[in-house]
Amino acid sequence: MDCVVTGSNVKVLAKAVHSLSRLGDELYLEPQENGLALRTVNSSRSAYACFLFSPLFFQKYCFPQNSVLRCKIVAKSVQAVFKSLSSLEKTVEKCRIELNSEKSRLTFTLHCKHGLLKTHNLSFQDSESLQAVFDKDSCTNVLTAQPKLLVDTVLHFPPSLEEVTMSVNNERVLFRNHVEEDTELSKAMMTELCLSAVEFDQFTVDTQTEITFCLKELRGLLVFAESSSLPVSVYFDEPGRPVVFSLTDSVLEVNFVLATLSEEFHPHNCSNSNTNRLPAPPAPDDFMNDDMDSYIIAMETSEVAGDSSCPLPPQDPLIPQQSKSNEEQHKFRVESESEDEDEQQEEEQETVEENGRPPNKKFRSLFFGSVLPSSSQMSNKTVRSQKILASDSEDETALDSP
Amino acid sequence: MPLSTQSHVRDEHYVLAASLDNVRNLSNILKAIAFKEHAFFNATANGLKVTVENSKCVQANAFIQAEIFQEFTIHEDSVNFQVNLTVLLDCLTIFGASTVPGVATALRMCYSGYGYPLTLFLEEGGVVTVCKINTQEPEEPIDFEFCSTNVINKVILQSDSLREAFSELDMTSEILQITMSPSQPYFRLSTFGNSGSAHYDYPKDSDMMELFQCTKTQTNRYKMSLLKPSTKALSLSCKVSVRTDNQGFLSLQYLVRNDDGQICFVEYYCCPDEEVED
Repeated sequence: MDCVVTGSNVKVLAKAVHSLSRLGDELYLEPQENGLALRTVNSSRSAYACFLFSPLFFQKYCFPQNSVLRCKIVAKSVQAVFKSLSSLEKTVEKCRIELNSEKSRLTFTLHCKHGLLKTHNLSFQDSESLQAVFDKDSCTNVLTAQPKLLVDTVLHFPPSLEEVTMSVNNERVLFRNHVEEDTELSKAMMTELCLSAVEFDQFTVDTQTEITFCLKELRGLLVFAESSSLPVSVYFDEPGRPVVFSLTDSVLEVNFVLATLSEEFHPHNCSNSNTNRLPAPPAPDDFMNDDMDSYIIAMETSEVAGDSSCPLPPQDPLIPQQSKSNEEQHKFRVESESEDEDEQQEEEQETVEENGRPPNKKFRSLFFGSVLPSSSQMSNKTVRSQKILASDSEDETALDSP
Repeated sequence: MPLSTQSHVRDEHYVLAASLDNVRNLSNILKAIAFKEHAFFNATANGLKVTVENSKCVQANAFIQAEIFQEFTIHEDSVNFQVNLTVLLDCLTIFGASTVPGVATALRMCYSGYGYPLTLFLEEGGVVTVCKINTQEPEEPIDFEFCSTNVINKVILQSDSLREAFSELDMTSEILQITMSPSQPYFRLSTFGNSGSAHYDYPKDSDMMELFQCTKTQTNRYKMSLLKPSTKALSLSCKVSVRTDNQGFLSLQYLVRNDDGQICFVEYYCCPDEEVED
C-alpha cells in the first residue's frame, strides 16, 4: 500500500488518529478497494470506531490488488507521528503512508516546510479484520445535528461522568445523567438537558425510547466532528442495541458504535421506554436479539466458570442468575488488562447495587468479526448473515492472534 | 546610595565582585545547564564560565561575558569556586521567577576567595535580600579536548527547526543517532524506540540551515538521557551549531539572546555512546 495525503487533509487524518487513540489502545489499519480504513475498539469492547477515507481523500492511493493487508499498530505510536496538531498545520505539507508487508513495516513520511523530512517506521502485527456488527439502516430513530449542538450539550456534563442517558419522543430529546441512590446527597448532581426537535437537521423518531451509553467515547467523536464541522447523525432504537454516531462526507465516513445499557427489567424504564413503539422493527435475525449478551458472556467466561458453558436463559429475571452474570462480567473485565479503574468501579457500584433499584443493567458487548478476506469487502450494512455472526463468537482469540 | 558606597569599601576584600541590573540575564542561562547539582565557576577578566558535568560523559558550559554585567571586578587572573547550582538558582529567583514587565531584580555577587561563601545581594522594589552560599572544594572539570581543528562536520541551524524535532523525539529510544554527511541524508537525527524507528532529515539547502560544512559521512550515537538536558538550552537559543570531531565527540553550541538583546553562549559536549558497526 502506498498513499499520499496533502494539505489540510493531513490534519484531518491526524485528528482521526487522535480521536481513535482516545478510544482504543490499538489501531487497525486496512487498505481496501473503497478506501483506507482505520478502526479501533476500546478495552472493554463496548465502543468501536471506524474511519473510512475514500481513495479521493488521497492525492495518490494504491492498495494491493491481489494480497490482503491488515495490520494492528499500537495507537500511541501512530499518535506520536502526529504529535503536535498545532505545528502540524503550519509545517506539514505532505504525508505519505506506505505499508510494506515483507518488512512488516508501516512508514509514515511527513514532508515539512524548509525541506525537513520526518520518517517514522512503525512495526506492526498482522491481524484479522476488525468489524463491529451493526446496522444503521434498520434503526428506527435517526437524529442529525450540527456538531456544535451536541458539543454544547455534552459540555454541561462533568468530565468524570461515565454514561449519559438519552431519551427521545416525538418532540424532543432529553439528556441526563443517572445519580446512584447511595450517592451522598451533598455530592449528587443531576443534570438534565432538553433539546427540541427543531434544533436538529433531521429528527426521525419512530420509537420512543431511552438509551444509556458511554460519554467519554462520544466526546472523542465530537472533537473530530467539531473540527471537521460535519453534521453528526445518531442511529438508535431500543436499549441494549448499539447506538451509531456517524459522520459522512464525500471522501470520508466515520462510524462510532457504542454499546447501550440493556435495561429491559428496569422498573422505571419499563414505564418509560418501549411503550409507545409505533412499528415493531423486524429483528434482523435471531442472533441480534436480546439473548446475545448473555450468550457472549457465557462464551467468554466459560473457561473461568466451568458450569456456565450453556447460555443463560436471557429473559429470566431471577436474582441469583443476575448476581452470577454480574460476577462473570466482573471476571471478564478484570481479565482485560487496560481496563479503566474508575470505570470498573463504577460498573461494580452499579451492578452490586443492594436495593435493586437499577439492578439489571449491563452493557451489551459489541460483536466483532474475524471476517474472511472476501467478505471483508462487504459494507457494514451487509454484515448480517448468521454465518458471519457465528464466526464472530471466536473473536477473542481470532483478534489477538498475530 | 548607602548600599553602593558600602560595597565599594568592601570591594577591597573581594576577589570577585559583579553587578547585574536584571538577574534574569544570569539565572536564565544557568537554568539551561542546570541538570546536576554542582556547578564549577571560573571567573576571568573576560567574564564568567559555569560548568556542569554528568557521568564524565556530558559537560555543559555557560559563558556570561564581562560586558553583560554592569560591573565586573576581578582582583586575580582567575577565580575558581564551586557551589550548589540548585541553591544558587533558588536564591537568584528568590523574588519569584515570573516576569513582570518593568520590574527587575538587581544582583550584586561577591566572593572573597577560597574558603569564603558566595555572597549575593538581591534587590527588588527597595527590598534587599542577602544570601550566603557555602562554596565547595572545586573539582576541575574534565577537558574534552574538543578542538576546532579536529572538527569533521559542522552545521549551524536555526533553533526553531531543531526544537520541533527535539520536542517530538521518541523518548523510549535509549540513544539519539546523528548522521552528518556531505551527501544524502546530509543531517539526520534518528531514534530507535519501542514502536519503531524515526528519522528527521534536514537537507543542506534548507532555509533553516545557516551553514553546512560536512567533509565526511559520520554516524554517531549519543545517550538520550545525556542529551535530554540540552533541550533547555535549545529552547532559550536562537541558533545552534552542531559539530562532531574525528573521535565522534559532539559539540552543541547555543547562541542565546537575553532580555536586553545581548548574546551569551551555552555549550554542551557529549561523548559518543558506542561505535556503529556498518
